Amino acid sequence: MLNGEAGPGAQMAMELLTAAAPAARATELIDIVGAHIDGCLYHGVAGLDFARDLAERGARAAVPTTLNVSSIDLIHPDLYRGPEEEARAARELMDAYVTMGCSPTWTCAPYQLAVRPRFGDQVAWGESNAIVFANSVLGARTNRYGDFLDICCAITGRAPASGLHTDEGRRATFHLAVRVPDRLLDEELLYPLLGHVLGQEAGTEVAVISGLDGRADEDRLKSLGAAAASSGAVAMFHVVGVTPEATTLEEAAGGKDPLRTVVVDVDRLNSARKSLEVGSGDLTAVSVGTPHISIRELETLAGLVTGARSKVPFYVNVGRDVLDEASSQQLVEPITKFGATLVTDTCTYITPIMEDLSGVVMTNSGKWAYYAPGNIGVQVVMGSLGECVQSAVSGQVVRGEPW
Amino acid sequence: MTELEYEVLVPGQAEGALIVLEEPLSFWGGFDAETGRIIDNNHSRMGTKLTGSIVAMPHGRGSSSSSSVLAEALRRGTAPAGFILGEPDPILVIGALVAQRLYQASCPILVGPIPVEGAGTWVIDCDKSPPVTKID
Repeated sequence: MLNGEAGPGAQMAMELLTAAAPAARATELIDIVGAHIDGCLYHGVAGLDFARDLAERGARAAVPTTLNVSSIDLIHPDLYRGPEEEARAARELMDAYVTMGCSPTWTCAPYQLAVRPRFGDQVAWGESNAIVFANSVLGARTNRYGDFLDICCAITGRAPASGLHTDEGRRATFHLAVRVPDRLLDEELLYPLLGHVLGQEAGTEVAVISGLDGRADEDRLKSLGAAAASSGAVAMFHVVGVTPEATTLEEAAGGKDPLRTVVVDVDRLNSARKSLEVGSGDLTAVSVGTPHISIRELETLAGLVTGARSKVPFYVNVGRDVLDEASSQQLVEPITKFGATLVTDTCTYITPIMEDLSGVVMTNSGKWAYYAPGNIGVQVVMGSLGECVQSAVSGQVVRGEPW
Repeated sequence: MTELEYEVLVPGQAEGALIVLEEPLSFWGGFDAETGRIIDNNHSRMGTKLTGSIVAMPHGRGSSSSSSVLAEALRRGTAPAGFILGEPDPILVIGALVAQRLYQASCPILVGPIPVEGAGTWVIDCDKSPPVTKID
């Protein structure tokens, strides 16, 4: 490929991949069976110049490849409130990746698609929450692929053989011991707050979490991982008795003792919450679905909102495939009747969609709470999905008892 | 002075003030490619301008979109002049490599000991040994 026999596009991708491989501590490349591309989200001219260059050289994905969110909701383009020029550039970027043979899935939660990686599959995924979910929950194997490197892997069908692609790299070296009253394991917000703490404590290490149980379902692990990959460079965690490579703490740690243990108690979770919540004031909006809301979460939401009416803008970020499924299950009507806006292909914290940013926005997402103040300049409070709905109905922040 | 070991991940030359970020920074969501400043509310150096400085930090962090943000900052001329990292970070490396290819922008990235922040000008020159020196 480096000699150009697979075409100038593949040659460029292979040149970049081999130049970056030493930074991934790899001396060779492995075959991959799929890729998820984060580079399709517009961050400026550089990303567009790069994708155009590759596409014009005839580069095409060699393995099944899905696409992350972009800045534009193609299904509801009127939601976009930013500059026209940027919208045009974002559209061109999306087109370039589709030209290269990627599937227009436009979701940050490719693990919610009908086909997803199986246990042990080697893949190259971008999008930090997807990376941590693939490794931790599915048991697929990916390192953290940044924009550019993700598509280079997809085009070459290869990835640097190191880190989380190897058994050794997946061993936990750090133990996060959750010691909270049992009832808190039923609380939705436990998981993003725990994720926030995990990111702060783990750095780039693989952690094993003890003290959780089967109540940590896929949606809660999604939320935990997304928060951890925001406050830290977490690409994988184990949960003893829950995730597939952690039947026991010893298995997760590869038969060795984790080097250090950090205990997480209620105080630690409360201070995580305090650090994520920025400002206080009147409720101006609610945003849920970061990462994109799952079909099960939509079922829960539809149940909570039936017959109610939101007094503030209520945004639900959802992948287009999950939205289709929700439509066929009649879940969309109660949610739109409630007054909620379904946002597909993108997310409310990365692009100008929200109308009023003057007060506080409630979210159930640790990732949204982490990034939205810097990205779009909002103030944030956190609430469970139920609290989000109650707050929207009453038009003010409603929250349960403090922990 | 003992000679410190540095590994070159992205070659090049840089000269500027040294900014040591004790806490790693995610360029996506944490750095504004228009202004060159840190915009992460949770970061202890919120508001600090990184343009033209040599930025040292223990490792990369957060979103995989940081590659795009670094490449865009290099295109605009708002990026740091170079990086010294405690651990290798492919996400920043690919951003620098792509900007080098598209815009001939220079942004050396080294892995090695993090120097102590202080006044003065620092130089990265990957053709020299050691590649990191301080000139007063």
